[in-house]
Amino acid sequence: MVMTVTIEDLLAEVVDPEIPVLSIADLGILRGASIGEDGAITVTITPTYSGCPAMGVIEEDIVSALQAAGYDRVVVETTFSPAWTTDWMGDEAKGKLREYGIAPPDEVDATPQPVLCPQCSAAETRLVAEFGSTACKAFMVCSSCGEPFDHFKAI
Amino acid sequence: MTIPPSPLTEDMTTTGTPLVTYLLRLADDNVILSQRLGEYISRAPDLEEDLAVANIALDHIGVAQHLYTYAGEVEGNGRGEDDFAFGRTERQFTNALLVEQPHDGFGDLMARQFFFDAYQVELWAALARSSDERLAGIAAKALKEARYHLRHSSSWLVRLGDGTERSHRRMQRSVDALWRFTGELFEADVIDRDLAAAGVAIDPASLRLAWDATVSEVLAKATLQRPDDPYQSTGGRLGVHSEHLGHLLAEMQWMQRTYPDLAW
Repeated sequence: MVMTVTIEDLLAEVVDPEIPVLSIADLGILRGASIGEDGAITVTITPTYSGCPAMGVIEEDIVSALQAAGYDRVVVETTFSPAWTTDWMGDEAKGKLREYGIAPPDEVDATPQPVLCPQCSAAETRLVAEFGSTACKAFMVCSSCGEPFDHFKAI
Repeated sequence: MTIPPSPLTEDMTTTGTPLVTYLLRLADDNVILSQRLGEYISRAPDLEEDLAVANIALDHIGVAQHLYTYAGEVEGNGRGEDDFAFGRTERQFTNALLVEQPHDGFGDLMARQFFFDAYQVELWAALARSSDERLAGIAAKALKEARYHLRHSSSWLVRLGDGTERSHRRMQRSVDALWRFTGELFEADVIDRDLAAAGVAIDPASLRLAWDATVSEVLAKATLQRPDDPYQSTGGRLGVHSEHLGHLLAEMQWMQRTYPDLAW
């Protein structure tokens, strides 16, 4: 049996350096990949936040993941349109976030629901600060178990 | 004896096409404000607020970066984000005077941020419909961030304005002091109007009504008086700045001026 490793598989190994349980595909940062006639690979990504400091690292990780598999010529392009939204995160990705201790985002247009504590699932949580450890997260605390946690903001 | 033209009447800001000039104005607002915010990191009332200030500064740097890169591509002379941010003089920066104003305390920081956030929310919402796809993309992204910034700064205005007698007095003082730098945000010149007519830019004057409504609403909620000082300062878009920008740039550009082309 011949094992085929696709470019998609290789890119699925590239994770967000700040949330290493999610791949760039899980997050929706990865917008596409194509091989040109000359064999060069073009990977298109989009930033989560305008000033996301992880983008540079992600770019390097994409290039090294593909080069390790023998693809020498890799071009990473950045696109801004359509603007990244947390709605591109699937249920599986949201489950991984929760397990990691980060409350996942709701749908952007959903009626606001209480944010559930990722530790004990209680709905009695409160916002401590609109901006947490990174721009994409708010800082919250659970009134039930007393644990502080990050909430991935819906944008 | 011939008197050389005054540097104050010589326009040093128009370097390229109207689009480049326009993009640089947008970018300069963001990079200068981010520098001002950066000054405050470690001085906020609490750790959470330090993080908030740092995150907001980062958003503004990101927007500036994308706009500078685009401006460099349109200009086509090989200039990039670092050249624009670190290689231009005070007279070549075209940010609005509001963002370069120094702060004496957290009230000033939040008043400046609030006036600017309320403006940027309207600006990005309008530019997200620009016929220039690249600019529309940058704007659509920045809009999501600006809404968060506005929510944050508004809540501080209310908290401090409608707080203790002392916090109210200080917040009012900040609002009053910065008011005269708000009018400039809505001034349009030929570049704005031409690009707006082409569907690329937005005439800033058209954002005034919505900005007014936001400001009135939040100030009322904060029990703060809306200033009615008719005197307004202007000049930033033409590179004529208050005395504060030079000092800001001296600090911001020091490393690149001392070690040109230094890279990590």
